[in-house]
Amino acid sequence: MTAHTKPVSRYTTAARINHWITAVSLVLLALSGMALFHPSLYFLTYLFGGGQMTRILHPWIGVVLAVSFLGLFLRFFMLNLWNRDDTVWMKNLGSVINNKEEGLPELGKYNAGQKLVFWGQSILILLLLGSGFVLWDTYFFSYTTIDQKRLSAVVHALCAIGAILIWIVHVYAAIWVKGTMSAMTRGSVSGGWAWKHHRKWFRQEVGKS
Amino acid sequence: MSVMQALDLRRRSASSVPPLAAGKPAAVPVAKLIDVSKCIGCKACQTACLEWNQLDQPIGYTDGSYDNPTDLTTASWTVMRYTEYEHGDDLEWLIRKDGCMHCDDPGCLKACPAPGAIVQYTNGIVDFISDNCIGCGYCVKGCPFNIPRISQVTSKAYKCTLCSDRVVVGQAPACAKACPTQAIYFGTKEDMIAHAGKRITDLKSRGYQNAGLYNPPGVNGTHVMYVLQHADKPSLYAGLPDNPRISPLVGVWKGVMKPLSLAAIAFAGAFGLMHYVTKGPNKVTEHDEEKAAEVAGSDKA
Repeated sequence: MTAHTKPVSRYTTAARINHWITAVSLVLLALSGMALFHPSLYFLTYLFGGGQMTRILHPWIGVVLAVSFLGLFLRFFMLNLWNRDDTVWMKNLGSVINNKEEGLPELGKYNAGQKLVFWGQSILILLLLGSGFVLWDTYFFSYTTIDQKRLSAVVHALCAIGAILIWIVHVYAAIWVKGTMSAMTRGSVSGGWAWKHHRKWFRQEVGKS
Repeated sequence: MSVMQALDLRRRSASSVPPLAAGKPAAVPVAKLIDVSKCIGCKACQTACLEWNQLDQPIGYTDGSYDNPTDLTTASWTVMRYTEYEHGDDLEWLIRKDGCMHCDDPGCLKACPAPGAIVQYTNGIVDFISDNCIGCGYCVKGCPFNIPRISQVTSKAYKCTLCSDRVVVGQAPACAKACPTQAIYFGTKEDMIAHAGKRITDLKSRGYQNAGLYNPPGVNGTHVMYVLQHADKPSLYAGLPDNPRISPLVGVWKGVMKPLSLAAIAFAGAFGLMHYVTKGPNKVTEHDEEKAAEVAGSDKA
């Protein structure tokens, strides 16, 4: 007998739309930002209609991302608060990477890795937004000194690289852990997936119905 | 002043420049020498700059000083800055013609992300090529002298060109040509340094013990140099930097950060790929599904 539960709902339609607006903006920001960061990648400006257009569009996409990410933050920050199980999970990160999750604490909706992605992006996006305004000469040139702009350029580039690295981890985790992607495409995961990766959350979900 | 030179490139922003063809010599480095001690503050140089470059500086407001306009603008590529220097019973009027210093190691060019928007010719002149400029303002951050200005109208950066269009046909810059007291000289950098030496000797003989040449080593020297009565204190002259150099922040941003960042991203991608190839995907098993069904079922019961 193959016992399959019905899919477990993980994300509402609104949360998914919110996520994908953030995702698309982040990719566009990374492409346009890298184009202006490294001369070897300047050709990426063609995707945005040339250098001037890239310079004009990048900060506006940044505003879209900031607003959109704020939505994600408000939706999920309560679920991303750190607890003792997360510390245990982090100590056993080696086993997780080796596909050996057995024996780890039962987890709520998010594991420690997901929580670190969440908080990492929250902090970096805040810094990127702040330093981004300092670099947005079209509207904000007169509000800061040139030295502050120089510092902002370094902070902005550093945080952007950090955010791109976290993004790579985030995307790779979704590819590596099979059954994850449907959470953000159709909004649900299989019972087995929920049982395997987020057992405490799964028990709560089935308890509700 | 008939230094004929072709505008071959020595540096080009966000790109590499092939070396000159074999047998073709680089142009002789040129320089403008501004002798502050001979300047009478007439602003003929400002006017000549506007005329030659066909610039239109809108009429603004006076701030009560002689500085007019009060700062460099997208149209005013040079501005006289007047300082009243009081020491003891003495009052000196220090008048400095401000504008691009044409650094031998130009911070603007180093910071510029747009290929070919800023170039340096083999004669040392640093020029903005507006067609390639994207208006990002990185040159403003790179410049140790606060010179480039971004136009609100065209979104392009502007500054003194050292009249590269005149120099290429053997003419001195418009400001040098217009100066009635010959406070502005133009020629090869070597000649200008030699000439400055004579002026400094003269100034010292007249009591200016600290007279000297401003050719700051922090930017590998400049192609616009000053003879200063008080070369020990350049900042007396309306905040001329005492020891200008490209900000270390810009150095990091445009130096080590670029290759390290790309390497980090490449490493992260490669690590992911290798992890997948060696460890394989993390899959939900039939056993997990059965356990899930059990829990879901028992809950419903």
